[in-house]
Amino acid sequence: MTTREAQAVEAALTRFQDEQGALLPLLHAVQDSLGYIPKNATPTIASAFNLSRAEVHGVITYYHHFRQTEPAQHKLAICQAEACQARGCRSLTEKAEAAVGCELGRHTDDNRWELEAVYCLGLCASGPAVELDGKLYARITPERLESLIRKKELS
Amino acid sequence: MSVKIFVPRDSAALAVGADEVAEAIVQQAANRGQGIELVRNGSRGLLWLEPMVEVVVGGERVAYGPVTPEDVSNLFDAGFLNGRPHALALGPTEALPYLKNQERLTFARMGITDPLSLEDYQAHEGFAGLRAALALPGADIVQQVLDSGLRGRGGAGFPAGIKWKTVMQASADQKYIVVNADEGDSGTFADRMVMEGDPYMLIEGMAIAGLAVGATRGYVYIRSEYPDAVSVMEEAVARATAAGFLGKNLMGSGKAFDITIRKAAGAYVCGEETALLESLEGKRGIVRAKPPLPALVGLFGKPTVINNVLTLAAVPYILCRGPKAYADFGMGRSRGTLPFQLAGNIRRGGLVEKAFGVTARQLIEDFGGGTDSGRPLRSVQIGGPLGAYLPDALLDTPMDYEALAAKGGVLGHGGIVVFDDTVDMAEQARYAMEFCAIESCGKCTPCRIGSTRGMEVIECMKARPAEAAPQEKLLRDLCSTMLNGSLCAMGGMTPYPVLSALDHFPEDFNLAAETHKAA
Repeated sequence: MTTREAQAVEAALTRFQDEQGALLPLLHAVQDSLGYIPKNATPTIASAFNLSRAEVHGVITYYHHFRQTEPAQHKLAICQAEACQARGCRSLTEKAEAAVGCELGRHTDDNRWELEAVYCLGLCASGPAVELDGKLYARITPERLESLIRKKELS
Repeated sequence: MSVKIFVPRDSAALAVGADEVAEAIVQQAANRGQGIELVRNGSRGLLWLEPMVEVVVGGERVAYGPVTPEDVSNLFDAGFLNGRPHALALGPTEALPYLKNQERLTFARMGITDPLSLEDYQAHEGFAGLRAALALPGADIVQQVLDSGLRGRGGAGFPAGIKWKTVMQASADQKYIVVNADEGDSGTFADRMVMEGDPYMLIEGMAIAGLAVGATRGYVYIRSEYPDAVSVMEEAVARATAAGFLGKNLMGSGKAFDITIRKAAGAYVCGEETALLESLEGKRGIVRAKPPLPALVGLFGKPTVINNVLTLAAVPYILCRGPKAYADFGMGRSRGTLPFQLAGNIRRGGLVEKAFGVTARQLIEDFGGGTDSGRPLRSVQIGGPLGAYLPDALLDTPMDYEALAAKGGVLGHGGIVVFDDTVDMAEQARYAMEFCAIESCGKCTPCRIGSTRGMEVIECMKARPAEAAPQEKLLRDLCSTMLNGSLCAMGGMTPYPVLSALDHFPEDFNLAAETHKAA
């Protein structure tokens, strides 16, 4: 691990090591601080929690939210669930794929963009809904989404 | 004189620019030297009107919406601070038919108060239920919940009082109250609204449950897709603890109850109660075999009440107004009210709390105003991704657990997703299988393997019309295996959307409608 990674893991361990069943909060803390959970952190976390490496690896890889690679510069999550399907999220997704240049579930070669499928953001009465760099947008049209993407590219 | 203005802070308002509107209002007021008091309230639930700004005029709240930041200067010019007419004017909020025709028991405070203000909460009956509960022995609290007829709002509809009684009667050194706030069903957002818009109600419900069964610790497991709900709940727990409504000495009674907020990590199946408990223990969210029931062997192996947000949110009302007041609403064995969520292709989407017994058609047409696209309605999915698709002909079924089950439907968490006539129902069925394949925990075979095979069979029916009829037999057989052989509702209920689509819309699967009916 790099120094920065080691520090983030250490800080999270200090906070959660003694709390019962706190593996998820710990992993959240690491990911919130670094953007990902370093692969090399697994043995450190395992020994601190008195678990096997397989158990920790199993938890990290089981949950969709946790990731072990650095996120792209911009992340666009598009709701793919039924309520947004009824409001045209499928065609919105196609437009977004064309606009950023990668498929849903992938990132661009230069790692500037990644597109993620999300199954419900709880904005089901005002779909289609997306989350762009952590901010929620509802009632989004393809034109509006393209303009948001362009704005991010200029920033 | 300073004018009181409300701009919601609910995610559904924020996602359409409520923060920017609030900022523009503050800016305009400053420019014009107008004193205002800005309150960030919860949402009233009229989500097609968000951001819905309210102004207090002569002691009454008057609404304007949907407001964009560009409208704000114009609203000031038109005199909206005095309730003057404007293209966006909606009139007195309480008189809006969408609100007036509801029966808001659980959502009574929603959008009216500042979610984090303890003073506001108490001024609107807040903590009256907890105060009543503190004067009662646990068994009497449980009895009141039993008498109210309250059933689990997560979908299963199991009587909450019976669950509580089981935990109360179990003896253990530690018991837990766990809130299932992993609201992953598409078309549902009522839990989110409670947590963001009236968090103390959930806290109060949990504390009452703790007193009833003898639990001193509670966990709220909130999905990671709800960051606003997580932060509001964390802040609410901190404030309630500091003010003595939680902690070692609940309202000076000497009784203890503490709450920890836990963030989930994007696994739909963790909405299943035993998978949720595994996740809270720091493990992969894999479903446990039952028995033992979580009521006896739950979190960390201890007796645990695990209830949905809406179940616990209904409890303060029951304790404050009495079980009869709650049970007087509803029909048959479904007592009280359900906060329905109108979603998908609907003109007036939002939160409608009504007594059980209202029909889907009343909700969709009278409240919802039909499809948003203006095209004919084709199908409605009630109860989330594991709920059946109903055709127009079945929309007069009363919304009641038993009545809906008799028609092959499920009420679930009260989410209603509307589709117009452009929907391809075979694609919706395929998606149901795909979602199950993505989200299956993998413990049991029918769910883990069946979902992928189901996707393939439906794809084959769509691609090769000549094979549709023989493949239908295969699909029905597969669904029967999943229904009867899965460990939990994930695999066990995925056949609901699939079979209902097949039964009501065979033409979308390249099956002749008449042959199908004869078969």
